[in-house]
Amino acid sequence: MGTASNLRNWLDERFGWDQIVTFVRHKTVPQHRFSYFYFLGGMTLFLFGIQVVTGILLLLYYRPSPDGAFESVQYIMTQVRFGWLIRSIHAWGANVMILTAIAHMFSVFFLKSYRKPRELTWLSGMILLFLVLGFGFSGYLLPWNTLSVSATKVGTDITGQVPLMGHWLLIFLRGGEDVTGATLTRFFGIHVAILPGLATMLIGLHLWLVQRFGMSVPPKIDAEWTANPAKVHEVRFFPNFFLRELMAWYVALAILGTLAAFKPWELGAKADLFASAPAGIRPEWYFMFMFQTLKLLPSKFLAIPGDVLGILAFGLAAAVWTLLPFFDQGKQGRGSRWVAGAGVFALMYVVGMTVYAYLAK
Amino acid sequence: MQENLLQPRDDSRGKQMHPDDNGAVSRVLFAPLLICAALLLLSPAAAFSQAKNTCIACHSQLDDPLHVNPDEYAAGIHAQKGITCVSCHGGDPTADDMDKAMSKAAGFKGKPERKAIPAFCAKCHADSAYMRGFDPSLRTDQLAQYLTSVHGKMLAKGDDKVAVCVDCHGVHDIMPPNDPRAHVYPTNVATTCSRCHADAAYMKPYKIPTDQFALYNSSVHHAALIDRGDLSAPTCTTCHGSHGAAPPGVKSVVNVCSTCHVFQAQLFDSSPHKEAFDSLGFPGCITCHSNHGIQHPTDAMIGTGDGAVCLKCHSAGDPGFEAAGAMHDQLVNLDSTIARSDAILNRAELYGMEVAQPKLQLADARDDLMKARVAIHSVQTAQVDVDVQASMKVAQQTYQAGLAALAERSYRRKGLFVSLGISLLVLIGIAFLIRKLETPSHE
Repeated sequence: MGTASNLRNWLDERFGWDQIVTFVRHKTVPQHRFSYFYFLGGMTLFLFGIQVVTGILLLLYYRPSPDGAFESVQYIMTQVRFGWLIRSIHAWGANVMILTAIAHMFSVFFLKSYRKPRELTWLSGMILLFLVLGFGFSGYLLPWNTLSVSATKVGTDITGQVPLMGHWLLIFLRGGEDVTGATLTRFFGIHVAILPGLATMLIGLHLWLVQRFGMSVPPKIDAEWTANPAKVHEVRFFPNFFLRELMAWYVALAILGTLAAFKPWELGAKADLFASAPAGIRPEWYFMFMFQTLKLLPSKFLAIPGDVLGILAFGLAAAVWTLLPFFDQGKQGRGSRWVAGAGVFALMYVVGMTVYAYLAK
Repeated sequence: MQENLLQPRDDSRGKQMHPDDNGAVSRVLFAPLLICAALLLLSPAAAFSQAKNTCIACHSQLDDPLHVNPDEYAAGIHAQKGITCVSCHGGDPTADDMDKAMSKAAGFKGKPERKAIPAFCAKCHADSAYMRGFDPSLRTDQLAQYLTSVHGKMLAKGDDKVAVCVDCHGVHDIMPPNDPRAHVYPTNVATTCSRCHADAAYMKPYKIPTDQFALYNSSVHHAALIDRGDLSAPTCTTCHGSHGAAPPGVKSVVNVCSTCHVFQAQLFDSSPHKEAFDSLGFPGCITCHSNHGIQHPTDAMIGTGDGAVCLKCHSAGDPGFEAAGAMHDQLVNLDSTIARSDAILNRAELYGMEVAQPKLQLADARDDLMKARVAIHSVQTAQVDVDVQASMKVAQQTYQAGLAALAERSYRRKGLFVSLGISLLVLIGIAFLIRKLETPSHE
C-alpha cells in the first residue's frame, strides 16, 4: 500500500485530504420517521450530474441553428450509437430532476429546515429551483420542433406582460420581437453556459452550507429528542447513509433507462416560424398550474389586465416564499401553524391546478 | 332618376329619348333634375330605401303567387343597383291607389310572359354598353348562348315549360352568381336544375331520365363540392354549360372531362380504346366511369373480377382481358406492399421508434401508386409497370426500415433488461453490505 499512502500524503499536503476524510467520517445523519426526505436533495444533485454528462454528450452533435437544430437531434436519435438513449435520458432526466427539486423544496418547507441558521441554504436552494426551471424552459426550445417553438412563444409572451420591464425582458429573451433563430442561439447559450455556471456556483454554496450546519432535525423530532435523549438516533453519512443514497440513485437510473427504452422522447415536426401555434398548445407540466391560473383569470380586474395580475401575484408569492426564513423563525406557535397551513394550500393549489389543467384541456 | 326599361332607346349612344321634348321646360328643370339624378345614382340603395314604393308595400302583404319578400328583394342585385319594380313591370310606385299604381297610363305592364323573358332580360344583359356601367367584366352573350341551348331551342318552338332566366336565377331574389345565396352559386346549381330535372311528372313529356340529381348526390364530385367546399369541383353547368346548356356529344365527353382530368384524357387518346370507342360510338370516360353518379374508382374496377368494367367488352382469351388482369394484379400487389410497409412503420412509431424518414419516403410510393392508377388509362401494362416498379422499390425499402426499427426496439428492450438485472444485483449487493456494516458486531 505504499503507493496509496504516498498518494494520500500528496493530496493531504495540497488539499487537506485528511481533514476532508475526517470530516466525512464524522458526519452523521439524523434517523427519524422523516429521514427518507433527506434523500431528495442528493437525488436532485445526482440527476443534475446526469444532465451535465448527457448534456455534454449531446453537445458533441447538436447544432444550435434553425437549419441544423432539428436535423442534428434527428441525427442523434437515428444515427448516433445510443444517441436515442442519451437524448431520452436527458429529456426525461430534466423532468424527473424538476420533480425531485420541487419535492425537495416542499420537504424542506414542511420539515422547517429553513430555520436559523439555515436561511441562506434555503435562499440558495430557492434560486437553484428557479435556475432549474430556467434550464427546463431554455432546453425545451433546443430541439426546434413545432411544440417547442410554440411553447416558447407563449412563455415569452407571458414574460412580456410583466409591468415596466416586461417588453425589455421579452426582447432580451427572444433576441428580437419574435421567436427566431436568434432566440435559439440565445437560449442555447443560456442553457449550456450561463445557467450551468450559475448553478455550479450555487450548488457549491448550497452544499458547503449543508455541510457547515449539518442536517436539520424537524422541530417536533428535536423536541422529542430533547425530552428523551435516549431516542436520539444518528447514522454515519459515510458509508451508511451514502450507500442507501447510492441505492436510490441506482433506482433513479433504472427508472430513467426504462423511460428511455419504453418511451423515447419524441422528435416532433420541425418548427415552422410562419405557422400559428397548434391548437391546445400548453407548457410542460411544471408550468401548468400557472398557465391554468392565467387562463381562468378574467381579462380585466379593476382596470388591471388579468394576466398582469396573475404574473404579479405569482411573482409576489415567489418572493414571499423565497424570503420565508425571514418571516418564519420556525418557533412553535400560531404563526408557525399559519405558515404550515399556507404551505399545504400552496401544494394543494399547485397539484390541483396541474391536474385540472390536464383534465380541462 | 330610375330608368324606365320599357321606354325605347336612342340609336347611337344609348341615351334615352326624353318623353317631354319641350326645350324651355327642359332647360328650367335641367339643373334640379341633374342634381336629383346625381344624388340618386350615387346612392341607389339609399334612394331605394328612402323612395316610396307602394309596390313592395302591397305585395309584401299578399300571399303567393303575388307575394314579394321585401328583404330578399332589397338584398337582390337589381335593387342594390337601383333597378326596381318599375324597371320591369312599369306602373307608378308612388301611387297609393292600386288602380292608379297599376294603370296603363302609368305604364304598368304586369308580369311578362314566360316566352318573352329571355329577350326581356337581354334588353339590359345583352347590351354591353349598358352593362359596362355596372361591371365591365360581366358577359353579355347569355341570350346568344341560350338560343343555342336545348332550353332555348324548345322555347323557340313554343314550349314554355323549359327553363327561362327566372327559373334558374330567381325572380325578385336574384343574387350575383358569386354570392352563396344565389340559386346559381356552384353549391346550389344542382338543386336549382333538379327542380325540373328531378321531377318525373314534370319531365314525362321529354322522355329523359330524372335520376341525375340523385346520382350526382352520390358522386365524388358532389362530395368534393358540397362536403369539402371545393368550388372547382364540377356541377351540372360545368359539363353541360349554363346558358348554352346541352348534353355533351359522345365525341366531346372526353373534352369535358379533360378540362380537369388532363393526364387521363391524354393517355386515353393515345390508347387503343380511343379508336375502338370512336368506332363503336361509345363516349370516352363515361363508358367506364358513368356520368352523373361517378364513384371513387377502385382497383376492383380494372381487371377480370367482380365489378370490373373491362368485362363489359372483354372476355377470357382476348388480349384486352389478359392486359386488364395483369394491370389489376400490378396495382393490387403494389397496394398491399405499401399497406404492409405502412403497418410496420405505424407499429414501430407506436413503440416510440423514430421512423419519420421512412414514412416520408412511403408518401413517394403512394404518389407512384396514384400515377400507376392514372397510367392504366393507356391500357399498356408496360407503361403501368414503370410507375409500379418505382413504387415497389420504395415500399420494400421502407418495409426493411420498419423491420430494422422493430429489431432496434427489441435490442433496446433486451439491453434494458440486462442493465436492470445488473442494477438489481448491485442493489442487492449494497443492501447486503449495509446489513453487514450495521449488524452489532461491526459497529
